Order: sequence, then structure tokens, then C-alpha cells
Amino acid sequence: MSRLPKKDVVIVGLGWTGSIMAHELAMAGLDVVAIERGPWRDTASDYNIGTAPDELRYAVRQDIFLRPAQDTQTARNSMDQAALPIRKYGSYLPGNGVGGAGVHWNGHTWRFFPSDFNLRSHYTERYGAGIFPENCTAQDWPVTYDELEPHYDFFEKVNGTSGRAGNLKGAIQPGGNPFEGWRSDEYPTKPLSPNLAQIMFQKAATELGMHPFPLPSGNISEAYTNPYGVRMAPCTYCGFCEWFGCANYSKASPLACVMPALVRQPNFEARTLCEVTKVNTTPDGKMATGVTYVDAAGREWEQPADLVLLCAYALFNVRLLMISKIGAQYDPVSNTGTLGRNYAYQTNAGSVGYFSKDVNFNSFAGAGSLGMMADDYNGDNFDHTGLGFVGGANINCTTTNARPIRTHPTQPGAPKWGSAWKRSMVETVNHYQSVGTQGSSMPYRDVYLDLDPTYTDRLGRPLMRMTFDFKENDLKMSRFVVDKTAEIARAMGASKVTTSYKKGPWNVVPYQTTHNTGGTVMSSTPQDGVVNRYTQHWDVPNLFVSGASLFPQNAGYNPTGTVGALTYWALDAIKNKYLKNPGQALVQA
Amino acid sequence: MMRGTILAATLLAATTLATAARADSDNFTELQRGRYLTTAGDCMGCHIGPDGQSMAGGNLLETPFGNIAVPNITPDNKTGIGTWSAQDFYEAMHVGKRPDGTHLYPAFPYTSFTKMSRADTDAVYAYLRAQEPVANEVDRNTLPFPFNIRLAMWAWNRLNFTPGEFKPDPQRSEAYNRGAYLVEGPGHCGLCHTPRNFMGGDAASDELKGGALQGWFAPNITADKHLGIGAWSEAEIVDYLRTGHTARTAASGPMSEVVAYSTSQMTDADLKAIATYLRERSAVGAPAPQPVASTDPHMQAGAAIYEDSCAACHARDGQGVAGMFPRLADNQLVQQTDPSGILHVVLQGSRSVAAPQAVTAPAMPSLRWRLSDQQVADVATFIRNSWGNAAAAVTTDQVKTMRDATAGIAMSQGN
Repeated sequence: MSRLPKKDVVIVGLGWTGSIMAHELAMAGLDVVAIERGPWRDTASDYNIGTAPDELRYAVRQDIFLRPAQDTQTARNSMDQAALPIRKYGSYLPGNGVGGAGVHWNGHTWRFFPSDFNLRSHYTERYGAGIFPENCTAQDWPVTYDELEPHYDFFEKVNGTSGRAGNLKGAIQPGGNPFEGWRSDEYPTKPLSPNLAQIMFQKAATELGMHPFPLPSGNISEAYTNPYGVRMAPCTYCGFCEWFGCANYSKASPLACVMPALVRQPNFEARTLCEVTKVNTTPDGKMATGVTYVDAAGREWEQPADLVLLCAYALFNVRLLMISKIGAQYDPVSNTGTLGRNYAYQTNAGSVGYFSKDVNFNSFAGAGSLGMMADDYNGDNFDHTGLGFVGGANINCTTTNARPIRTHPTQPGAPKWGSAWKRSMVETVNHYQSVGTQGSSMPYRDVYLDLDPTYTDRLGRPLMRMTFDFKENDLKMSRFVVDKTAEIARAMGASKVTTSYKKGPWNVVPYQTTHNTGGTVMSSTPQDGVVNRYTQHWDVPNLFVSGASLFPQNAGYNPTGTVGALTYWALDAIKNKYLKNPGQALVQA
Repeated sequence: MMRGTILAATLLAATTLATAARADSDNFTELQRGRYLTTAGDCMGCHIGPDGQSMAGGNLLETPFGNIAVPNITPDNKTGIGTWSAQDFYEAMHVGKRPDGTHLYPAFPYTSFTKMSRADTDAVYAYLRAQEPVANEVDRNTLPFPFNIRLAMWAWNRLNFTPGEFKPDPQRSEAYNRGAYLVEGPGHCGLCHTPRNFMGGDAASDELKGGALQGWFAPNITADKHLGIGAWSEAEIVDYLRTGHTARTAASGPMSEVVAYSTSQMTDADLKAIATYLRERSAVGAPAPQPVASTDPHMQAGAAIYEDSCAACHARDGQGVAGMFPRLADNQLVQQTDPSGILHVVLQGSRSVAAPQAVTAPAMPSLRWRLSDQQVADVATFIRNSWGNAAAAVTTDQVKTMRDATAGIAMSQGN
């Protein structure tokens, strides 16, 4: 192993959080190196409009995702099962390469509700402690919405997010989301143009007493220059967002919003195709000394640094700490340890409406976050008394795409093959619309992450094991909200409506969502989590963790907006507190 | 005796001081002026070394007569200009001769640099001398016979070159004269933007009317409203030189190097002076032709291709997206008499420049693989004759020539 000259900062992973951390700390004058497992990527070279909209390459063959041969997880539904490795990613698709999962996301850019941040005390106060299921380990975040608000705002400005405010400094705004937390500013760009489905949804949901509003979108509606001087162009509604890199400079991503400014900084360096294998510590384990990584040629390097930032995808941050033996592994039997605790996912389901032939939705003109929403049954925006669950879900009517290979809808009950199948597809293809939900996911004592006792990766390190299943609280919540989607689809004028409830056991094969959260939870005390409220490791003060692995539980929203806000919140603490007194804990344990 | 010695010593000291005053090794002001002129002259554009930082040379400059390897101008004694005096440097800049008396090729624009004052070439010399020497041996004899005979440049110079420093025009404003000095002297804009005669010399009457180079066409930058910059505001020209991007266009190809290394780092006053000069000097350009009729079958085919392959970014009305995707309506580059610029971009794609104040550097993809020669000709004809544009129809032969010329060359990557 060769030891390299020391840097001020080493960053593991160059996606959303890594690129933002690198840019801000390089601007602050620090010498920064980012180490990225995947390849270098750039909009102009890798996602040009001549070749980017390739459904076979990107959606079917999953070109820009992590290959399981490089790293995968083992999975099981309960503690009495033996976990097996995921040999083809399905339920979730971890990103890979510069830009990370921020390249292939759909662009839904949410703020969690203020009551999401003090979830346990909020529900306890309103409904009594008994509303939580016995084994539910949901807990308050150690940070409030008010503290995060300026950082949500800045992340949206970096993204150019398109939307309409529903709550400006406490004043409810027409056309926006009346349930959202207060905003200090309007969205940077106006909402995308709704299509026929969204206009019909808006009318139907309003008639049903709900409060529809446009989905806050990372596919932006107009030309925009962000605070880093990076320019974006309006979305063309091409419908190649999720699983694709955007070729139009229209979808917010690290490549579109941060990298062009970051690569100009002389004190920043990226090393790609290099996989960090370990965070190194002093012999007493009290300080990080840097990282060890393996390059594409298999050579091992030690990169010393004063500050180590874990900015990989949630699951990989957790595993890297486990392999580096930093912090105490969570054990569900003895209920000790914190690393790997409070893993959560997302509970998604919904309805499909089938309309008459004169209703043409033209959903080939779509965008990852072109949608109309209703939050009336999300968070604690509705009375949970007697419902028997905590949590909620957003209701969405989105038009993401109608790409040719995978769009083949048929009427309910139609045959699965042959000429009748083809006929049914022709009858259906332009005349159906889904109304979906994206639901919260609570943590439980027997849902967690640890190292697998059997399976290892190419370098001989144990794979991480996931023990997860959908629990009755979340399934009940989902059924409750999915019933509302069927009502809306009928009110939109659908002649037929099919409804699919979320069911267990969790299956790793069909795609569900890449919103894996928890495992390095941020907490008020070292007993409840891995990092403190500034995302600083409780045991190792020069180690910070970014991303959705910080979430104590997942809300009824996509996580990216909150991941971005937490990154700027942590940066504020690093720049204005930590660096003034480096090596010290920002919160006394 | 003693007295005489002291006197001699004093005289000697006085002589030394006088020399030092002329070439003060700590002359901050002169060095900074030299640095600025080196930037304004975009020396780095051609002389950049293999390390990507020094001016150690080695790049091959394409000319119609063959490739010329660009020399090392770091102060390395053996491979650079370490042994040159200020006078040697002035001779190279002013009359195109090396210290050994041999001729330089006019790919090195001494035809422009001759307009620089001695004080300015001395400042550039002082700045170059202050750089780290980098050893990089460059083969200075890459041209094929007969162009490898440097003595031939003696005859070329007699026909094509008049040495002489810039003379300001007292009838014109200070800004105009400063702009003229920058454009015609250190900026050597004419090297690309003035058409060459058959010997590669400037065609004086056609100054800045636009010229072909390296598979591109450096457009007309005279004050002509149709083909030149006559319709550009001062602010538009300054923005373009500062950032490489305006609503109308984006710098790409060889111009992206000029913006990245040179104009993006010049002062506002100098960029305004350049704008003043270009806008106030004469307009040269063929009158706008009648546009090809929209009923022409090639225009109709071109319109369909445009809708399918271009309109998502450049918009159906040709307005583009300001600062990102060039506006094609009233865009001079696409209407040049020589369509090489538009054909190069359509066939080869191009990445625009990243400048400190416009970091994005958006790119246009290559459409070579999915459009035939006829389709490229039709869509180019459509763009050259829509939304108020007017230019000759593009032929399939022109497309084929550009397709062959750019085959196998990687997309221009900007900077």
C-alpha cells in the first residue's frame, strides 16, 4: 500500500452530497479530494441528446447503475431467514459514477413537514403514546424544520426547482400546497405546464375537498442560472428522466448544477474508478486519519486527511462504517448499538383509471416530476384518531413517460399475450392514467442492517445484510390512502379503476423505489444514533456522514430535498463551527 | 591613482545602474503589463505545452501547407528562448526573424505583432523570461517540401508583409484606437477572420471578412449588418468576448480557446474598445441574397428535419435558449457565405467554451450518424433561410466535403 500526501478533506463518493461538500469546502480554501467508485461522467460527453434517450441501454439494461459484481447486498424478510445476495438489482437501483443517483432521479424535490422532524413527540402529544406499534423505533430528529428551512431554500436555488409556494412565511398561497412548512421564498422557477391528466386530477381532487398543487420539480420549466453560475435550460418534456442522464441541461443533478463550477477549482481533485475500502482511525479509534482505497488496477492507496466525509449512497455509508469498525453495531436481540438501526424504505401503491377513447393523455410528453399532487393524507395533515396507524402518503398524478419498449398497458382482465393482448394495448395506450401514493416507512426493532455472515465482495469484505419487510402499520396506512386514489380516479371520469394495495413480503425483484434510508441515524444522544445533529460522528469528531442514512425514519416523500438541506446544514456547521476548532465534538455526549 | 580607481568604480556602478533601470528584474509594472499582453495575444492558445500549463509548445498547427509544430517559448536555454535578448524577441515579433536570421512562418502572426510597440514587446519578453523554464524539444521542421525552405519566406514577406508599428488615427476616439491596436496588433484577430490569398497572405481589402480554418469558418467580424457584427450591440460583443455566450451565439471550435485563454481575462475597458473599433470600422460583406423560398422542396424537407432533430433545444421559432443554445434566427454564423461553420457543428457536434463567468459549456451533439448528406444540406438550407435569415442553399457536395474533412476527428471539447 502506498501512502499519499495528506489532504485537508477526503470525500467518499461524488454524487449530490459529495459534489456540494467538495464545492463549498474548496471555495472555503480547503484542499479537497473526492474518491468515486464509478466512472467520470459529464453531460456533454456522456448524455448528449443524440444518444441519451436510449430506453434499451439505460432503462432496460440499466447502463448507469452499480453492477452487483462490484457490490451488492444480501436480503431477507425476517431474522429467522438466511439472507441471499441480490444478484440483479431490482427493488432499488444504486447509482454509480460521478453524479451518483442524482443523475438518474426523477427530480421530485420535497421538503418534509415540520411535524416529520418531531414525529414521535408530535404524535404522542396529539394521540397518546399508544398510537405507535410496540416495536416501532420511530424517534424525533435532532434538528427542526425551522433550522433546515434556509438550507432547503438554498438547495432549491442550486437546483432551480420549479413549483408554486403554498406557504410563504406563514401566509397560505393559492395554488400551492397549504400543508407545507413555511417557505422564506417562492420556488426559483414557475411550475411545469400541467397536461390533461393533471388538469383533470386538479378538478377532481378539488371537488373531493382536497388541495391539489403542482409537484415541486427538478425538471425545470424555464432557463435559469443558479448561485454557482451554472446555467440550465427549460425541460422539453422528452420523458427520459428516471434511469437516464438529462441531455437538455434541464434536470437538476450534480452534473447539471454543481460539477461545471466545481471542476474549475484548482484545489479540488476527483479520483474515479477508485473504491474506498476503509476509513482509517488512530489506534485509540478517536480520530479518523483518512481512507484506504483500491484503484482500477487493483493497487491499494492510503489517502490521509484531516476531515473525512462519507458522501456515498445511504447503504454504502452504513457498510463502510461497519467494515471500518467505527461505532457499535446494532443488535436487535439485546437492543444495543446504533450502527445499522432504523433502516426504513418507502410504501408506494396506487390506482389506475381507464378512460374512454376520446380522452387522449399523450403521456409520451412527460417529465420525471411532471405531476399534480395532494397532501391531504400525508404526514399528520389528517386526523389519525381511530385509524390504527402513524404516517401518511402523498397522492400523485404524474406523467413521467410513455417510452416505447416498456409502455404496454392493457385493460383489466385482458390476456397477457397474443392478438387479444395487442388489441387491448391499442385500446388502452393513450387512455389510462395512474393515481399513485408515496408513503412513509417507519422503523422497527427487527428491521435493520448488519454485515452478512456468509457472503463477501470481490475484495473479500462481507456484504451488508438487509433485514426488512413491510409492517402492518405501514400497510394499513397505505391501504387507507390508496382508497382515496381510487375515488379520485373515478371522479376524473375513469370508466374502470383498478387498485393495487401494497403487500408483503418485500420482494427484491420488481422495481419499487431507490429511497433506502437510515442506518447512520442522526440523534440527540449517542444512545439513539450514530451522528449528532450536525451529522458529526458521535465517537469520531473529524468524521461526518451525509445522505438519507441520517433519517431516523422515512416520510411520505422522496428524500432528495431533505438530503440536500441536511448537506447545507452540515456545511454551515463545518465551516462556521468545526473548522474554527477542528477535532472537537460539536455536541457534548 | 587611488582617486582614479574610485572614479572608475563609480562610473562602473553608474553604468550598471543604468542597465538595471532598463531591465529591472523587479519591475512589477512591466511584468504585469507583459502578462496582460500575453493574455490579450492568446500566446497560450498555440504555445501551450504538453503539461497543459506552460508555454513549452509542441502542438501541431494545421495550415494549408502542412502542419507546423509550435515552438517552446519558455526561457529554457536549450529548447526554449532562454538565450534570446529583448532585441532578438523584438525582431521575431516585428519582422518575423529568429536570432540566427532564419525566417519564421507567418502562422506565427508577426504580420500582426509588427504593430506592437517596442515597449510592449519588451514587456511580453520580460514576462516570458519570468516564467519557469521547461525543457521540451520541438521539431521545428515539420513542413513538407517546398514549404520547408524558410528562405522562401523572404519572397513571401516582400509580397505580403509590411513591417511597422501601429499608428493611431487622430480623427478617431481613444477607445477606437485602443481597439484597433488590440485587434490588429496583439489580438491578431485577422489571422483567422481575414481570408487568405493563395499564398496564405492576408487579402487586405477583405480584412476581417471571415476566413476558413481547420474545418471551420471564422465568421465576418466587420460592421456588416447581415454577415458581420453590425447588428450587435456593444454589450453583446463584450458579453461574447467575456463569457463566450450571448442570446445569439456561443463560442466553439478554435474561438473557444480564444475566449478561455484570452478575452475572458481582458479588462472591460479593452473589451469595450474592441467593440467600438469593430462597430465603427467599415462594413464588408456581400449583400443579403433573396432567401430560398419556403415552398422549395429542400426547405420543406429541412423544416421537417429541424422539427425532429433541432427544435427541442433551438426552439421552433429559432430563438434558442439565451446563454445555452444559440438563437438561429438572425445568427450571423449560420448565414456566412461559406457554410463550413454550421456544417461542422451539425456533422461533428461542438462543445461551447466554459469561461469563468459562464461555466456550463453546453454541447451540441454530432448528427453525422443519423443524417445523410442530403438531409444535412436540407436542414442547413432551412436554417440559413428561415426566420428572416437569408443565405445560399447548401449543396450535398459541400456536406460531403465537410463530412470527409471532419471524419475521425473528436468533437471539439471547448476548454
